[in-house]
Amino acid sequence: MEIDWSVVITYMPQLLQGAKTTIYITILGLVGGLVLGSIAGLMRAYGGRILNAIAFVYIELIRGTPIVVQVMFLYFALPVLADIRIDPMGAAVLSIVVNAGAYIAEIVRGAFLSIGKGLSEAGLALGLPRWKVLVYIVGPLAFRRLIPPLGNQFIVSLKDTSLFIVIGVAELTRTGQEIMASNFRAVEIWTAVAVLYLIMTGALTLLLRVVEKRMKIL
Amino acid sequence: MSIIEFHKTSKAFGPLTVLDEVDLSIDAGEVVVLVGPSGSGKSTLLRCINALETITGGDLIVDGLSVKGNARQLREIRQEAGMVFQQFNLFPQLTALKNVAFGPRQVRHLSQSEAESVARDLLKKVGLEDKADHLPSELSGGQQQRVAIARALAVKPKVMLFDEPTSALDPELKHEVLSVMQQLAEEGMTMVVVTHEMAFAKKVGSRLIFMEHGKIAVDGNPRDVIDNPPNDRMKDFLHHVE
Repeated sequence: MEIDWSVVITYMPQLLQGAKTTIYITILGLVGGLVLGSIAGLMRAYGGRILNAIAFVYIELIRGTPIVVQVMFLYFALPVLADIRIDPMGAAVLSIVVNAGAYIAEIVRGAFLSIGKGLSEAGLALGLPRWKVLVYIVGPLAFRRLIPPLGNQFIVSLKDTSLFIVIGVAELTRTGQEIMASNFRAVEIWTAVAVLYLIMTGALTLLLRVVEKRMKIL
Repeated sequence: MSIIEFHKTSKAFGPLTVLDEVDLSIDAGEVVVLVGPSGSGKSTLLRCINALETITGGDLIVDGLSVKGNARQLREIRQEAGMVFQQFNLFPQLTALKNVAFGPRQVRHLSQSEAESVARDLLKKVGLEDKADHLPSELSGGQQQRVAIARALAVKPKVMLFDEPTSALDPELKHEVLSVMQQLAEEGMTMVVVTHEMAFAKKVGSRLIFMEHGKIAVDGNPRDVIDNPPNDRMKDFLHHVE
């Protein structure tokens, strides 16, 4: 079979549309995941017994099940169980929020707890309330340690959006699949899809490197 | 008038009793040196004063407030009892000046420029005005500890607590920290110092407490009890320290 790269150019607008959807889901999902993950992570690190238990159950539930099962559950099981109907896009974003949130929680917990106890004590000994110690002393130091593992999670979540093919969200992988079904140009289309993912993850890596460089990682 | 009062104060970590019904009263202006073998409870006793450790029995009154009070009262106690740690614990992301200005800014609510002017004066007092813009990682251990002393003083405490302030320092750096502490004592600051520096205890201390098994075993004038230890255990301890 002959390889004809011109089909890539023909279908590029469609593929880019798919990539746009991928980026959209990733950004919304990660913003939500960061908020949820920070809350759950701080609950694990500093919450009382009850808050800690709630966060623990959430994290274990999510880390212990595949993301495909999670999105299937949100999209197909939730309407049956609770009469809550979500469109595919909503289910996709929510899946990333919930899934990334669980992993980010552990990253946040680890980063905060890695800051020596002595620094918290020094802050407390000055007469600061605990929340100020966290905001002004531990937080800024923990943030710097968050960046490398957070970068990892961002890339994983971006690639996880390809799984939403199962609920028919027109992200990049699904778009590639549809084009394939009409012209059977497997080599050209899947190469193009892979390159588009590489460009997106590459841009993310670059962005994180810039952030990391701007603040000295302690 | 006593500023720190232990009333049958106990502290246990699980089944391990570290402080055993300690009675002790410290007056304003005293320089109390706490010594004793490791595990005798001296650091714990110090850390109970500013409630970094929660007491498990009896009571402990600091400047009229009980360490068993609510969170706001604990913050008040901590503002009156400055603490210097063995490992300095300076905030690594802040310059020396900002480390010292942090307390007045966040705890005493001064403006940034007022806080920095307080900080500058204190850095001068500890002989480090030229290091104001250095990060802790750019300072020697002795310099870091002097910044830490300035940081604790910046909140204007009535008592200063020192937890083995020179134990992490090379011998030639100890004296610069000890001389700052001596200067503080001469200015009339109330101080409680956990240390193994017997020469400092004799020269600067007004009272020496030897602890053993969570109890106060000896309480007296440093010069008297160091030169004539009242019991064999302390004699033995001094022999090992010197």
